[in-house]
Amino acid sequence: MISSAEFVLLSPEILMAAGALLLLMYGVFAGDRVSGTANLVGMIYCIIAAFLVWQMPDQRQYYLNGFLVHDSFASYVKVVVLLGSALALFMADAYARRHSIARPELAVLIMLAALGMMLMISAHDLLSLYMALELQALALYVLAAFQRDRLASSEAGLKYFVLGALSSGLMLYGMSLLYGSFGSTDYLVLASSLSQGGALPMPVLFGLVFVCAAMAFKVSAVPFHMWAPDVYQGAPTPVTAYFAAAPKVAAMAVFARLLLEPLMGAFNDWQQIIIFLSLASMILGGFAAITQTNIKRLMAYSSIAHVGYGLVGLAAGTAEGLQGLLVYLAIYFLNTLGTFAVILCLRHNGTAVENLSDLKGLSKTRPLLALALTINMFSLAGVPPLAGFFGKFYVFMAAAEAQLIWLALVGLLMSAVACYYYIRIVKLVYFDEPDHGTDAVSEIGLRAVIAISAGYMVLFCVAPQPIIGTALEAARGLLLR
Amino acid sequence: MEFLVSPLTLNHFLVVAAVLFTLGAMGIFLNRKNIIVILMCVELILLAVNINFVSFAVSLGDLHGQIFTLFVLTVAAAEAAIGLAILVVYFRNRDSVSVADLNLLKG
Repeated sequence: MISSAEFVLLSPEILMAAGALLLLMYGVFAGDRVSGTANLVGMIYCIIAAFLVWQMPDQRQYYLNGFLVHDSFASYVKVVVLLGSALALFMADAYARRHSIARPELAVLIMLAALGMMLMISAHDLLSLYMALELQALALYVLAAFQRDRLASSEAGLKYFVLGALSSGLMLYGMSLLYGSFGSTDYLVLASSLSQGGALPMPVLFGLVFVCAAMAFKVSAVPFHMWAPDVYQGAPTPVTAYFAAAPKVAAMAVFARLLLEPLMGAFNDWQQIIIFLSLASMILGGFAAITQTNIKRLMAYSSIAHVGYGLVGLAAGTAEGLQGLLVYLAIYFLNTLGTFAVILCLRHNGTAVENLSDLKGLSKTRPLLALALTINMFSLAGVPPLAGFFGKFYVFMAAAEAQLIWLALVGLLMSAVACYYYIRIVKLVYFDEPDHGTDAVSEIGLRAVIAISAGYMVLFCVAPQPIIGTALEAARGLLLR
Repeated sequence: MEFLVSPLTLNHFLVVAAVLFTLGAMGIFLNRKNIIVILMCVELILLAVNINFVSFAVSLGDLHGQIFTLFVLTVAAAEAAIGLAILVVYFRNRDSVSVADLNLLKG
């Protein structure tokens, strides 16, 4: 029997689970014509759940027999994930109707994936972590293959499934070794057993490496990134936007909690792994994006590079580093959603276009869209007054303070390389002659997401304190107990 | 031939699990023919992990590993269902389940 205090802590998750099932029943009985309503209802559920999470007290509490934990870190990331899910549903509607994928299952699957992400952010036991991770992963596999009459989408779903299942297997093998070494799956027991110091026994080291490799798969860090460009390109564009926003944020948060809570005693061992993943992601993401011609593929490499920058903060292993990572995630999710909203607007005579050459002369046909895209690109590149700069600033500062100044310098250098392809897009938009026109945008969802993200990128510097302060509190909630 | 009469220890089970796990992982990377074989390899990996959990649970005298195994089995069933469903959708579009034909998206 769960107590009433536990019930209150669980209320956002219960709301999402019940909402998803109700919506599924509604969809079954009312048919495909209610897909617009389903998306709207799903969005409202996500926003209410985000509000419930935001309301919760900050102190740390364990619930469901220590399977889940509530702290300010979990609240912060859950709010980001839920807002990302809500905005993704908001923009999906127009695309879904135009590409004959207007089905209520889209909203149900996004809600179930969001539920899985909320649970995995709160997970405080290897078993609950695995179950939550699978809940979101299974929903995401189906989402990738959602456009089931298109070959690219089903191929993306298949590739995502095979590599995702492999990474779950790796993670489970690592978990079994940790369980065998410590005799428990509870984070508290793992943390106290590991904090005794001394060299790590071989099984623990192997368990650590397997778990890190699996999480690197989930966040698409190099060398486990090969699925990301294919899946991003093949999946329906609103689903790609969702992939780049919510699951990435949630997986980064889970990675951070795993390393900084149960595995903190092995800091010296995992720090090298994280530094390697971060360096490789920044470098490969930076250079591989240069040769891309498809915008969605380019955004996949861009997201790989951004994962690398985020991992710089994690490599520091300090509260400041985690704060930097959290600020980074809160900015990146909106930045990437805004960019994908612009991509969703690119249509020529009613058909969606997604090649870089289709962006030529966008400023002459759609000046506002071009401006929003430019703001998002400069922010992704990290140009100073825009929000993206602050994310990079905090991450690199934390690394420099933790004696990783060379890592921060490589990060700076790679941001300069990344500027090349972001600014090339701006050049295409403003200085080239258009090959063809671009259709006008009438959908309220797309317009709203573009306006919100562009406004946020520009205005972040006016009042950065709320987000930065909350991120610091969240980081302390995880690290200083 | 001493190993034939010596009692089974934890290590024997762990070695079996490690071999099965490696077979499964290698099967995914080396298999160049059929996607269904990949799905079987994924199952093999999960079952190898189950052997690990059960043998650790027995040697530790702790039930958590056994319970973990039951959950892994359940999730594996759900995963297989979704994997096959996606494979069927793919087959309808491509008329093939060959790994070599998974080549539309690349670059």
